[in-house]
Amino acid sequence: MSEEGTPETAAAPGEKPAEKPVWERDPVVPEWRDADDDPLAAALREALPEAIRSAKTFAGDLTLDVERERLADVARELKTSHGFSLIVDVCGADYPNREPRFDVVVHLASLPPDRAYRVVRLKVQTDEATPVPTLTGVYRGANWPEREVFDMYGVRFEGHPDMTRILLWEGFNGHPLRKEFPVEGIDTGAAIYPEHYGETMGPVAGTGTGWRPPKPAPVAPVGDSADAKPEGPKEGGSA
Amino acid sequence: MSPPNGSGEPVDRLVDPLFCGEEMELSFGPQHPATHGVLRLNLRIEGERIVGCYPIIGYLHRGTEKLFELHPFFQNVPHTDRMDYVAAATNNLAYVGAVEKLIGLSVPPRARYIRTILAELQRISSHLVWLATHAIDIGAMTPFFYCFRERERVLDLFEQYCGARLTLNCMRPGGLPFDLPAGWGDACRRFCEDYPAKIAEYEGLLTENRIWKRRTVGVGVLSPEAAVDLGVTGPMLRASGVGFDLRKARPYEAYGEVEFAVPVTQNGDTYDRYLVRMAEMRESTKIVLQCLDLLPATEGGPIMAKRPRVLKGPKGEVYHGIEGPKGEIGFYIVGDGTPNPYRCHVRPPSFMNLQALPDLANGHLVADLVALIGSTDIVLGEVDR
Repeated sequence: MSEEGTPETAAAPGEKPAEKPVWERDPVVPEWRDADDDPLAAALREALPEAIRSAKTFAGDLTLDVERERLADVARELKTSHGFSLIVDVCGADYPNREPRFDVVVHLASLPPDRAYRVVRLKVQTDEATPVPTLTGVYRGANWPEREVFDMYGVRFEGHPDMTRILLWEGFNGHPLRKEFPVEGIDTGAAIYPEHYGETMGPVAGTGTGWRPPKPAPVAPVGDSADAKPEGPKEGGSA
Repeated sequence: MSPPNGSGEPVDRLVDPLFCGEEMELSFGPQHPATHGVLRLNLRIEGERIVGCYPIIGYLHRGTEKLFELHPFFQNVPHTDRMDYVAAATNNLAYVGAVEKLIGLSVPPRARYIRTILAELQRISSHLVWLATHAIDIGAMTPFFYCFRERERVLDLFEQYCGARLTLNCMRPGGLPFDLPAGWGDACRRFCEDYPAKIAEYEGLLTENRIWKRRTVGVGVLSPEAAVDLGVTGPMLRASGVGFDLRKARPYEAYGEVEFAVPVTQNGDTYDRYLVRMAEMRESTKIVLQCLDLLPATEGGPIMAKRPRVLKGPKGEVYHGIEGPKGEIGFYIVGDGTPNPYRCHVRPPSFMNLQALPDLANGHLVADLVALIGSTDIVLGEVDR
């Protein structure tokens, strides 16, 4: 990413001030560009017509927007014909104002001994009700990251051998990386202790009724106000 | 005793009468010192032989990715310290690299050299923790003390640089918070010149040690195909014969300007993973020394890029991965025009490497499992985030 160092290009007194080194200039914010002429995108479009919805780059990363049903096909094509043998990652993202609201983002890499190193990003859109085809049949390494996406967003993967929660416990109620999930957490006792809450009681993630921690008890002032009583919540109106 | 088979095939009870028995379940961890934290493994064993292994993780989950979304870009650096807490500098480096890519910042050369030095020192200290705990798991007590003796010197260097020893918070998007203090380069050079002799000490204890070899050679063989298929990266992948190292594949920071080798071995067993990491520590000292030589030319130069006071991520998304001590650690960051990341996902190397553990463990004895957990080099803070 960082441009080649050209150190001390400045100096040269007398001349017009030389161009500042790149780190003293304003940052060059990257922009989205169309990448329809990218050879990889073109080759994929030829092999799998209709599977690629769009090809764009941002900061040098190629992003392919893929039809949901074709995700595994595209990944398999990338693996077999283009050397993308390493699954880097599978993750999710939540855009609640969009329909469908979830993104599943897959990063694949081609490994150097045979190919030039390159990372390609595949994105599919889905919602809670629609499962995404699993990549575990193409890359076994997709197993755990896909479970994590399910855990965090509630997106299901069709054909996954073990579609269970991975980081949170079995009875956890909700999917914490959804935008509406309260950061302070929820009372998930509803599912863990049904004998205390009953089946339908207790707060549910996503309804905006998250549990909030109780306000801390007022602390008795220490030091300068010598006459302060040890427990003074009554007269603690103050200022 | 028949050789352990890593293929996961069921054990032939007639051939292996010593280890046959009724299949039973054994819950290994989460509170077990050899799990390096809070890893739990549900094992199915026949006698002493493992026939099934199901890792259960998440005991240390702290919702780091949710926290990332709540804080401005520069305030998120401390969160990254707390993922892989024995390798904070490389976590910092991966995160700030991703932010720089998103915002388009270019790092001045002096900052790049210092970052490279910090990252390589961190690799040494992370590998030292790995070696110390791995050896003590297998029963070799002495390397533990030796390794922590040297690690202390690395941590002292970190302390002199940024005041912290573990959770360093030593990088910022665009550069570094501080220049090196006076005399730091000399102290660092002294360490790097002493250190290869110390590696020889550890190797003297272990490399040709009969017990060590009996416990590690041929244990947990990971084939190159399986390693790539499982998304394994870092020393584990290179021990299986795949010479993939992001420092060479896509040189970032100052790695394009220094010379170093990428150690690769072919057998993919626990012993080879040990050899690869030992060789990597030697290469790291070389990188640090070369960067120290490059530093004087930039003396007094800037250590921070020109950047706006408030970093705002444009509407876009980047992935930036670097070679951490345990494998590829990467960040996927989505910006939405605000000072906070809209989404910040970590690609944790330990998490992906741990996926290979059931493959490694099948067919081995329970005692070997401890060696295998050690040689995958996981930190549960990063697995669970």
